[in-house]
Amino acid sequence: MKASYDVIVVGGGHNGLTTAAYLAKAGRSVLVLERRHLVGGASVSEEIFPGFIYSVCSYVISLLRPEVIQELNLAQHGLQIIPLEGTFIPMENNDYLALWPDEGDTREDIKRHSRRDAERYFEFEEMMYEMAYAVKPILGMVPPDLVSPSLRDLGTLRDLAKHLKGLDRRKLHYLTKIMTMSAADFLAEWFESDVLSATIAGSSIIGTMLGPYSPGTAYVLLHHFMGELDGAFTAWGSQKGGTGAFSETLASAARSYGAEIRVSAPVDHVIVKNGRAKGVVLEDGSEIEGRIVVSGCDPRITFEKFVDSKDLPDDLVASIKKFKFRGSSGKVNLALDGLPEFPSAPDPSINDGMYSIGPSMEFIERAYDEAKYGWYSSRPFMDAVVPTVRDPSMAPPGKHVLSLFVQYASYDLEKSNWEDERENFGDAVVDTFCEFAPNVKDMILHRQVVTPWDMEQEFSLTEGNIFQGELTLDQLFFQRPAAGWAQYRTPIRNYYHCGSAAHPGGGITCGPGRLAALEILRNER
Amino acid sequence: MIPTPFHARTEPICYSWAWEEWAGYIAAQMYELEHTHEYHAIRTATAMFDFTPLQKYHVRGPDAEKLLDRVLTRNVKKCQVGQIVYTVWCDDEGKILNDGTLSRLGKDSYRLAANDPSLAWIRDNAYGMDAQIEDVTEEIAVLSLQGPTSRDVVNAVIAEDISDLPFFRSTEATIDGSPVTVGRAGFTGDLGYEIWLNPDDAERIWDIFIDRGRSYAIKPSGTHALDVARIEACLLVADIDYIPANKTMFEVQKSSPLELGFNWLVHLKKPYFVGQQALREEKARGPAEILVGLDIDLVGLETIYAEFGMPMHLPHEAWSDHTPIYSEGKQIGKATSGTWSPLLKKYIALARVKPEFAAPGSVVDLEETVEATHRRVKATVVKTPFFDPERKRA
Repeated sequence: MKASYDVIVVGGGHNGLTTAAYLAKAGRSVLVLERRHLVGGASVSEEIFPGFIYSVCSYVISLLRPEVIQELNLAQHGLQIIPLEGTFIPMENNDYLALWPDEGDTREDIKRHSRRDAERYFEFEEMMYEMAYAVKPILGMVPPDLVSPSLRDLGTLRDLAKHLKGLDRRKLHYLTKIMTMSAADFLAEWFESDVLSATIAGSSIIGTMLGPYSPGTAYVLLHHFMGELDGAFTAWGSQKGGTGAFSETLASAARSYGAEIRVSAPVDHVIVKNGRAKGVVLEDGSEIEGRIVVSGCDPRITFEKFVDSKDLPDDLVASIKKFKFRGSSGKVNLALDGLPEFPSAPDPSINDGMYSIGPSMEFIERAYDEAKYGWYSSRPFMDAVVPTVRDPSMAPPGKHVLSLFVQYASYDLEKSNWEDERENFGDAVVDTFCEFAPNVKDMILHRQVVTPWDMEQEFSLTEGNIFQGELTLDQLFFQRPAAGWAQYRTPIRNYYHCGSAAHPGGGITCGPGRLAALEILRNER
Repeated sequence: MIPTPFHARTEPICYSWAWEEWAGYIAAQMYELEHTHEYHAIRTATAMFDFTPLQKYHVRGPDAEKLLDRVLTRNVKKCQVGQIVYTVWCDDEGKILNDGTLSRLGKDSYRLAANDPSLAWIRDNAYGMDAQIEDVTEEIAVLSLQGPTSRDVVNAVIAEDISDLPFFRSTEATIDGSPVTVGRAGFTGDLGYEIWLNPDDAERIWDIFIDRGRSYAIKPSGTHALDVARIEACLLVADIDYIPANKTMFEVQKSSPLELGFNWLVHLKKPYFVGQQALREEKARGPAEILVGLDIDLVGLETIYAEFGMPMHLPHEAWSDHTPIYSEGKQIGKATSGTWSPLLKKYIALARVKPEFAAPGSVVDLEETVEATHRRVKATVVKTPFFDPERKRA
């Protein structure tokens, strides 16, 4: 290892690796320092139970910016996304809703619930598709600084205004609604079927401590529709071998351009001299010089742990203190001896391995209610995936992995703590899932429960927020993470941030990582 | 059209009702309503194809080698017992008639498999030789298992251990007491095996594969998924990428193997084969066109679609409409098939261009029709095959 680098990236999550790859590609000497024993941050796959690979936290890929795939040649480094289409939603009255990969099948199934919605659903999809296309340019844009706009910022604002002006009235109308309404109210304008609305609303609460009736959730819905897979918006997929394998592709790309990656190398703080970053000090006391330091961590760590608040302006310190994390989700990973079977399904053997446990709007809102007052849902909402249906590499032959994304779980437990409640929470999750698929109970070979507290302890996500900070309107675009500091810079010269707490936000987009790298290169010119 | 011996199994699961004709047989295009999962099974698990429609000929007798060496462009004498070779055959003008695989079963015994019937041509060439050519198409049912878990699947089904069977070799084996031939080959560019079996055993063996393959995510798959995979692997299909010379009266529609990148299959130095003289002459003057792989510029494509206020559209099914290729406004070739590659995240095509444009890195313009409007998009000539994983040979 060299003693000095052009760039030190602190945190080997997907965004840190992305920034490292872009900067190494541009010829900079780059060192990535990762605290854990493997790269990926919250995008990791680990063999917690022999033979079974869990995507421990993040488990699906959709929001990944297509330009990152092309510019970093990720396909050559092992990117292999298997599409996940369709969802099976078991209902409490032993009925079900099935959204199939095929339009015709989906229409027929929605018809059983509402003939009107069967038509509206596809108009809705089309509208969301158009919205995703309409906001696409914004995702690839460095947010303008509205606090003290530069000439370039004025140019960006002009482009943005021109783009918005180019949208027809209908699209602007929908965009306004999406930016302001609750998912439940927005969906009520479209659908009469409760189970269909609830299913769509599932995407509106992910990673957010809000219920479907809370204003602002319609945007979170759009955020989850902005994914683009093979040129198709709103498409979802999973990486072969789990999300950790995706991080490995990023690491491989970064290394191919010459970046060095060190794991088990926790950083204690960033060296700041005369208002300028000079390198980092590891927890073991060793120093590494770097001309530029980039933090892929969340704002609490970037601005409070790594640097001294005396090096930062008061208003930024105050903003970061107020920045909302409020983790709301947990993850339960199960090693199974077979596939879940839903007695309500028309044919239990039809199993595409994707289920949503959230049969009504009330079910989801009540799950939120309990978390709102400092607890976890006794009957939580779940987004469930069995990746092994299509990817046998993640479990021994004939066995399966069931990934349960669970909401809600408050980070701050009112009457207890997560170490005491972890397994009780796990029980609530399994019991609720087994209300709909009873055969799972006797097939569990191993269970891993990840609470918001675990996410903070193990994955350095403050308060367990999976997006490094909530995706609410007040924390988006030029206000992410704080007004005036959305352009990946910090008040400390040559100290940057590139994590999901920057625009365009959370999920495996690699967008912040890419834009931060481009911004660093631009500032060097 | 006639059903294959697997039809009783494939018909009930063909939810799409999408069938096509393949050499007189009924073949499934896809079982589900889209071919997506079937394609991904090829690259992540195991896809199982009914390849029975392959035309199969048993060639035997003291002159079998002599006959095949005369008809095929490859040096058949080098083909060892247990080996499979890929080959083409041509007419006297050196124009391609078909392509296929030859597998040597014994000293004087071969099996030739082709997409299209070639019995008459081979028999005509056998005049005066002591060789029998028998059409065994209906006597052999074929399953093709393709994908990274296919070795596990085949080992789970077959009594013998085929782990060490090398690429393009075959061996005799048994499934549930029934004799089969296992060949390590396929048409996907991936790890894969072909199982040749007695049609009377077809349904039973299908069931065994489905049952034991479940643990390895086996998936019955059709021609549409295959088409995407074979373009990634740069494998050509008769009637799509070239027209067999015996199927057209028009010179302009005929192709030589040298134009199709089959140089490695054409052994010009061996004493004689049909079409050799013409091909030697063509080699000397250089072919008029050369087969290349194209990587189509996505940013350019996105820009074209943006002109129409639309997001970019990528072809998720392979296309085979021959499409003009230009350079500086002049036509210099044609693309014969193309597809979006979900694996490579590239929009790829197989094309034939004038030799001066065939070097990797050369940039050409491909015609692209958006909303019935002609546009041109940049495409770069790249090395083929587009996809060639180590596991194919490992």
